[in-house]
Amino acid sequence: MPSLGADMDAGRVVAWHVGVGDHVTRGQVVADVDTDKSVIEVEVFATGTVTELLVGEGERVPVGTPLALIADDADAGTAAPSRPGAPSISAPDEGVAPTRGAAAEPETTTSPESAPKPESAPKPPPPATLGGPSPGETPGSRAPISPLARRKAAELGVDLAAVTGTGHDGAVTADDVARAVSARPSFPSVEAPASRAPASRAPAEAAPATTQPLTGAERQAALRRAIAAAMARSKREIPHYYLTTEIDVARAMSWLAGRNSGVPVTARVLPVALLLKATAVALRTTPDLNGFWEDDGFRPGSAIHLGVAIALRGGGLVAPAIHDADRLTLEELMAALRDLVGRARAGRIRGAEMSDPTVTVTSLGDQGVDVVAPVIYPPQVAIVGFGRIRERAWVDGGRVVPRSTVIATLAADHRASDGHRGAIFLAELDRLLQEPEALGKEHENPEWTTREAED
Amino acid sequence: MSASSPEQGRTITYREAVREAIRDALTRDELAFLMGEDVASYGGCFGVSHGLFDEFGPERVRDTPLSESGYVGAGIGAALGGMHPIVEIMTVNFALLALDQIVNNAATLLHMSGGQLNVPIVIRMTTGAGRQLAAQHSHSFEGWFAHVPGLRIVTPGTLEDARGMLWTALQDPDPVLIFEHGGLYGVEGVLADDAGPVDIDVAAVRRAGDDVSLITYGGCLPRTLRAAELLAEDGISAEVLDLRSLRPLDTDAILASVARTHRAVVIDEGWRSGGLPAEVSARIMEGAFYELDAPVARVCAAEVPVPFAQHLEQAAIPRADGIARVARELVRPGG
Amino acid sequence: MSDETLESTVLRVLGEVAPEVDTANVDPVEDLRDQLDLDSMDILNMAIGLFEATGVEVPESDYPRIVTISGAVDYLAERMA
Repeated sequence: MPSLGADMDAGRVVAWHVGVGDHVTRGQVVADVDTDKSVIEVEVFATGTVTELLVGEGERVPVGTPLALIADDADAGTAAPSRPGAPSISAPDEGVAPTRGAAAEPETTTSPESAPKPESAPKPPPPATLGGPSPGETPGSRAPISPLARRKAAELGVDLAAVTGTGHDGAVTADDVARAVSARPSFPSVEAPASRAPASRAPAEAAPATTQPLTGAERQAALRRAIAAAMARSKREIPHYYLTTEIDVARAMSWLAGRNSGVPVTARVLPVALLLKATAVALRTTPDLNGFWEDDGFRPGSAIHLGVAIALRGGGLVAPAIHDADRLTLEELMAALRDLVGRARAGRIRGAEMSDPTVTVTSLGDQGVDVVAPVIYPPQVAIVGFGRIRERAWVDGGRVVPRSTVIATLAADHRASDGHRGAIFLAELDRLLQEPEALGKEHENPEWTTREAED
Repeated sequence: MSASSPEQGRTITYREAVREAIRDALTRDELAFLMGEDVASYGGCFGVSHGLFDEFGPERVRDTPLSESGYVGAGIGAALGGMHPIVEIMTVNFALLALDQIVNNAATLLHMSGGQLNVPIVIRMTTGAGRQLAAQHSHSFEGWFAHVPGLRIVTPGTLEDARGMLWTALQDPDPVLIFEHGGLYGVEGVLADDAGPVDIDVAAVRRAGDDVSLITYGGCLPRTLRAAELLAEDGISAEVLDLRSLRPLDTDAILASVARTHRAVVIDEGWRSGGLPAEVSARIMEGAFYELDAPVARVCAAEVPVPFAQHLEQAAIPRADGIARVARELVRPGG
Repeated sequence: MSDETLESTVLRVLGEVAPEVDTANVDPVEDLRDQLDLDSMDILNMAIGLFEATGVEVPESDYPRIVTISGAVDYLAERMA
């Protein structure tokens, strides 16, 4: 049972997607787990063949409990634990002493896996800072944690004892910490103390098998707390600047209406998809708005992963990523958006989707607001808000005419960029929306690296 | 490094780039001269000085007896006397015969004379394996020399550095050792027409990346760049850092790269035990421990004398696929 | 197809679009967007669901007619007549 949140102690297997004998590959979704806050798809971290399911559907088990056995493809027949480093399983010790003394060591290379083994016999006691051993931890062993993961966990308030490692020998890596953070039902919250779980849940830990999943109201409360932590951190730490521009979208909307009238209903594209597409492409010109502010420095995103703020009916929101949004065709982006909205509202977002966004877009036009002044999701450095598309008075050639417009607002982190850069972004956004045909065709602009370099 | 593009440059080998550097030095600095075994009428064992004897004559391009200790000592004497000798040693294996002169004299005299005696000598030598020259011509001992205070160790891995490092080294008032990997001499590329002296102080990012730092120098640089391409095909973004100078090491550049990628592989054609990558790894541990998301990995030569047989030789030294495999395992364990 | 069957079809599609809605208590004449917090993605999904159930393509210009239960029933009846 992976830890899918800092305060998750146990989870219930809702459904298995694989059975005994199935071949699974690393990254494949193998089960759905109810974490009390939401149902999360669990990805497998090893490739091999399922030899046994250890936890049945409907069963609730503590974090760290092996869920299934997966036989390594290399030594098929020998059942290996699915996660050799899961805290509940003692790390396999070297049964055979490494060959020493030979004049020649024929291997050309060392992987980090083999390097530390000869010295691994005496294990240091767990340091006091880790707290007591976690429920599944074998006494005397210490789950390896990378130095970076340890630092990130301290910064993000993640309880390392509850994080499942996917690195060498089950080491907890920075990615594992990020996954643990993103598995919280909203965007990363910082100061979330590990002890914030309501006291009422304590008895549940004592008798996990009989515990009922959280009620909707409890889930809502947990989601609210996570949003509160992230937004409070944002407003406390991030010096926002805001730039707003009104964009004429008459051509874009009539082009889109024409396009939609000529295709089946299943292939229709919503205006918001066009806005997302334009935003993603415009960000190519201003890479300093696409990334993260971490450790007193800006780290650019490796790609444009557009977080899309999705309101959950009944309250709360999530902002999972549409990966490589600038490289998707308009149709692909629309399909990705439909899929994401559907899954977000069904509580079926994957961990990576929560941790990957490099920038976020929020569109509140459906609710009728004109202007959105959005709040950045830390550690991202920018968010773009779109209001309602409607006819407004527009001056064209000295005359006031009705024109479909949208008001776009950029909120950006002044530590990472300045208003001039933000203005360039909005101007590019406007320019792109004046050429909807090009945007509809655009999926990969070979010149973009050049444009960035010349910038 | 000066920008080179096909329009402004010409195709040239690494060997020719080194030759141009020597020609430039002999032309611009009347105190400079080249000496070594067979550098004059034979044109150098690896053909580097071909034609320079005819161009500059026996005073400036001098053959020496087969005695490394003798002629390196003579070079040190010339340097003490105010000349700017460029001493060529055939391979680093033979430099061991001159180790006493280099380590006990060239490296120490400044300090032992209380700062009165500089030794402005430049010693060039071939290093490395890959050409079926067997154990006594194929080892990589530059890491040993990098252990010694008083020496500066540089390792040109690109045409620009082959062309540009010599002049800068000659301007240094103290001994500089230039290690030219034998496998690079025949490598062709485009060098800018205006290529000239380069700094010899800092490391250079030869390819930027996010997921892992591949740290190397000299002859392993092209192989490491190929490894980065292999990794890119798997969606892994590798940064390639060319150390360029092994002493002093550009620790800031190493730490900055690791701070970006959180993982490092150090690649060297020397043996792993007690080698230069151990030093690089230790500095990462000292200066960037809390940036590390995985143990530092090393790709080094097998701990055997470099074999003669081609397939064994190739199996013994770092290659692009092996570098990529180690880096891949670091980024995606078990993946 | 009778009006009653059409109504059950519309409610079933609505239930698929917004699974958390108790379709038994939906006001048939109130705008679904106000009543149930539906957005443009939901309306598109309604149009797709109605198409899949009835074969009727609702053009974008007719979306305003399917934002209430009774409106959608009338609209479908008219188009299928």
